[in-house]
Amino acid sequence: MTAGVFFAVLLILALLAFVAGQKKALTQAASLGGVRYLDSLPFYYGMLAAITCAVPALLLGGLWTLAADAAVNALFVAGLPAAQRDLPAVELQILMNTIKNSASGHMDASAAVEILEAGARYRELAVKSNALAFSLLVALAVAGFALAWWRTTPVLQARVQVEKVCRGFLIACAMIAILTTLGIVVSVLFESIRFFRIVPPAEFLFGLEWSPQIAIRADQAGSSGAFGAVPLFTGTLLISLIAMLVAVPAGLMSAIFLSEYASFTVRRVMKPLLELLAGIPTVVYGFFAALTVAPIVRELGLELGLAVSSESALVAGLVMGVMIIPFISSLSDDVINAVPQAMRDGSYALGATQAETIIKVIIPAALPGIVGGVLLAVSRAIGETMIVVMAAGLAANLTANPFESVTTVTAQIATLLVGDQEFDSAKTLAAFALGLLLFVITLLFNVLALHIVKKYREQYE
Amino acid sequence: MSSVSEHQQNTRDKVYSSLARRYRKERFFRALGLLSVLFGIACVAVLFTDIFSKGMGAFRQTWVKLEVVLDPAVLGIEAATPDALPAANVDAVVKKALQARFPEVTARKDRKDLNALLSSAAGDAVRQLLRDDPAALGQTHTLWVLADDRTDTYIKHFRGLDLAEDERILNDQQLQWIEQWVKSGELELRFNSGFFENGDSREPEQAGIRSALAGSALTLLVTLLLSFPIGVAAAVYLEEFAPKNRFTDFIEININNLAAVPSIIFGLLGLAVLIGLFGLPRSVPLVGGLVLTLMTLPTIIISSRAAIKSVPPSIREAALGIGASHMQMVTQHVIPLAMPGMLTGAIIGMARALGETAPLLMIGMVAFIVDVPRGITDAATVLPVQIFLWADSPERAFVERTSATIMVLLAFLLVMNALAVWLRNKLERRW
Repeated sequence: MTAGVFFAVLLILALLAFVAGQKKALTQAASLGGVRYLDSLPFYYGMLAAITCAVPALLLGGLWTLAADAAVNALFVAGLPAAQRDLPAVELQILMNTIKNSASGHMDASAAVEILEAGARYRELAVKSNALAFSLLVALAVAGFALAWWRTTPVLQARVQVEKVCRGFLIACAMIAILTTLGIVVSVLFESIRFFRIVPPAEFLFGLEWSPQIAIRADQAGSSGAFGAVPLFTGTLLISLIAMLVAVPAGLMSAIFLSEYASFTVRRVMKPLLELLAGIPTVVYGFFAALTVAPIVRELGLELGLAVSSESALVAGLVMGVMIIPFISSLSDDVINAVPQAMRDGSYALGATQAETIIKVIIPAALPGIVGGVLLAVSRAIGETMIVVMAAGLAANLTANPFESVTTVTAQIATLLVGDQEFDSAKTLAAFALGLLLFVITLLFNVLALHIVKKYREQYE
Repeated sequence: MSSVSEHQQNTRDKVYSSLARRYRKERFFRALGLLSVLFGIACVAVLFTDIFSKGMGAFRQTWVKLEVVLDPAVLGIEAATPDALPAANVDAVVKKALQARFPEVTARKDRKDLNALLSSAAGDAVRQLLRDDPAALGQTHTLWVLADDRTDTYIKHFRGLDLAEDERILNDQQLQWIEQWVKSGELELRFNSGFFENGDSREPEQAGIRSALAGSALTLLVTLLLSFPIGVAAAVYLEEFAPKNRFTDFIEININNLAAVPSIIFGLLGLAVLIGLFGLPRSVPLVGGLVLTLMTLPTIIISSRAAIKSVPPSIREAALGIGASHMQMVTQHVIPLAMPGMLTGAIIGMARALGETAPLLMIGMVAFIVDVPRGITDAATVLPVQIFLWADSPERAFVERTSATIMVLLAFLLVMNALAVWLRNKLERRW
C-alpha cells in the first residue's frame, strides 16, 4: 500500500523533474542563441534531472524495506517491560510472533488484553516508522529535484553523466550472475558448517545408514537419526547410470541419423518432434513414471518372476533417460555438424561406407565434444528432482539392484525441506549439506564438460 | 609381374567378398539410427496419449437433478438473511430431497449410501440459491447439484462394465439408484466449468485449478518483469562494453555454470537467503518469481548475447560514423535489431520457468490453497506444484484431474514455444 503510493509519488516527481530539466536547458539555450549551444541534447538534461531525483530515493527505499522489520522489532523490544525484555530468546520470539499476529489483525478479540494492547502499540510503531521513512524519502527526492534544477546549465555534460549511470546499471546487472553463485555458495556453506558441528563430516560422507528422523522420545524405534549419505550416493549413481544407459545410445544414434542420414525434410519434421521431449516439465515425467510406467514394469517383473518394488530405481532411471535423449541428441548433433566435410570426403574417397566413415572417422573426431555433452547430461541426471521424488521413493537402501526402491540426494533434499520445519534441526541442516555436495559435484561435471566442449570447438574453428 | 597382379587380384576379391557384409552392416547401422529417433518420437506419442486418455474425462462432470423443498423448519432459519444463512441446515434439505425421490429407502445404512452419491457441494448450492433469491424460502425448487466423485467416476468409466460388487467403489443398490436417475434424465454429464473456476479442494469433484493458474500467472509475471530487463542489460554489458579481462571471463564462466546448476539448488538459495535472511514470507509468488528469475537469467543472457552478436558490425560502424555515442549506438540500433532474438530467448526461458517445480517446493509453494491469490504477496501455488500435490491422491477422480492439469500446462507450453518459433521466423532478419 505505502509502497504503491511511494512509487506513484516518485514517478510523478521524476516526470516533473524530466520536464523541468529539459525546459530549463532549452530556455537557457534560447537566451544563448539556440539548441546548438547546449552540450547535450535536451532529452539528456531531462533524463539527468529525473535520475537525480528518483534513483537515490529508490536505492535508499530498497535498503529501508530490507532493514525496516528488524529496526521496528528492536525499537519495540526496547520499549517492552523489563520482565519481558529479559526473556530467553526463544520465548521472546514466540511473544513477538503473537504480538505481530495481533497487530496484523489475525488474532480474535478473545486474546489476552496485554497482547491486544501490545499489538496495537506494535502497529502504531510500524505505521509511524513507515510514515517517517516515507516522508524522508520523498524529501530526498525533492532535494534531488532541486539539485538537478540548480545544476542544469548549458555547459553541463548531461549525456556523459546519463551514460555513466546507464553503464553502472549494466554492470550491476552483469554482476548478478556472480552474486547468485556467491549467494548459493554462502547460503549452502553456512548451513552445512552448522550441520557438520552436529554430525562429523566423516560420518556424513562415509556412513552407511540414512534415517534423518530424530527420535522425539528416547525409546522410539527406528529413529536413531543417522546421517550417513552413502546410500544416497549409490542411489543417485544407480538411477543416473540407468538413465545414461538409455539416453546415450538413443541420443547419440538419433543425432547420427538426423545429421548424417536423414534427408532435409525428414530432419525438419523429426527433430522438433524429438525435442518436444525436452520441453515437457519434469513433474509430468514424474507423474507418467509413477502412474503409468511403474505398474507396467511391475507386471512385467511378476510375469518373469522378479520382485519389482512399486517404486523402483529402474522406472525412475528409464523415464529420466527418455527425458535426457533430446539433450544428448542436440549436443551431439552440434558437434557432429562441426566435423569438417573434408574429413568425410577423405574417408569416402578411400572407399569406406557411410557407417564406416561415421564409426571410424566422425565419432573419433567428435568424441571430445560428445563426451562433454554426456558429462553435462550426467550432471543433469544427478540434479533431477521431480522424477525421483515421485517415482523412486524415499527408502534409503544401499543396493545395486535396479528393481528395488532407492532414494537420491535431490529427493532427500526435497523431502527434508517440504512442509513445516524449524531452521535449526539437524534434519533441515542436513538438506543444506546435501545441497552443498550436489552443488560441488555438478559444478565439477559442468566445469569439466564446458572446458572440453570449448577446447573442442577451438580445434575445428 | 605376375605376383603383383596376383596380389591385386587378391585385394579385389577380398573387397568384393566383404562387400555384402559391409553393406549389411551399413543397413543395420542406419536402421539403428532410425530406430533411435522413432523410439524417442514413440515416447512422445505414448506420453501424450496416456495423459490425454487419462485427462479427457475431467472436462466433463456429473450433475444430478433434485427437487428441493426449502422448508424453513428443516433449514432451521426464519428468513434467508445473510446472517442466518451460514447456520442454515442445508444438508438436511438435500437429504430430504433424496428421501422424497427414493421413498422406498428407509434403512439407516441405505440412506447413508444414498446420500453419499451426492457431493457435499450440494448443500452449498442450496445456500447459494437462497442467497440469490431470499424469497425462495418455503418454495419448492428444481436444482442441479454436483454428484460425488465416485458417482462421477462410475458414470464416466465403469458403467457398462460387468464387475463384481467387491471390485467396485459403489454397491449394487447405489448403482440401481444411479440407473434410475439416468433413465429419467435426472443425471447429466456437463462441461466441467468448475475445474477452471474453483480452487483446490479435498473433494475431487469440487477441486479446480483456478488458484494454481492465478499463482502461475503472478509468479511468471514477476519472473518476466525482472529477468528480461536484467538479462538484456547483462548481455549488452558483456557483448558491448565489457573489457576483455579476467574479471569478464569470470562472469562468463559463472553464467555458463549457473545455466547447468540443478534447479533445486536455486530453491535452497531462495529458502536460505530470501526467506531466512531477508525475512520474505513463504509460499508467495514474489519469492517464487525471484527464485525463477535467478534460474532463468543465464538462459536469457546467453540467448540475448547470441542475438546481439548477430547484429552486423556495419550497423554499429554506421551509427558511430554519424556521431552517435557508444551508448546511443547500442540503445538506438543494436538493441532494437536484436530484440526479436532476445524475445525468443525470453519466451523459451519463461516456458522453462512455467514448468519448474523443485525450487518452488523448497520455498513452500506446496500449501493447500483454496483462495485465488490477489497479489504477489498472497500465499499461492502454481500449476506444476498442483500436479505434484494431486499426483499423491489415490482417487481416480484426482488422477483424472491431474492429467487434465497437465494438459492445460502442456497447452500453455506449446503455445509459448509456437510463439517463440513464429517470432523467430517472422521478425528475425538475416544479414
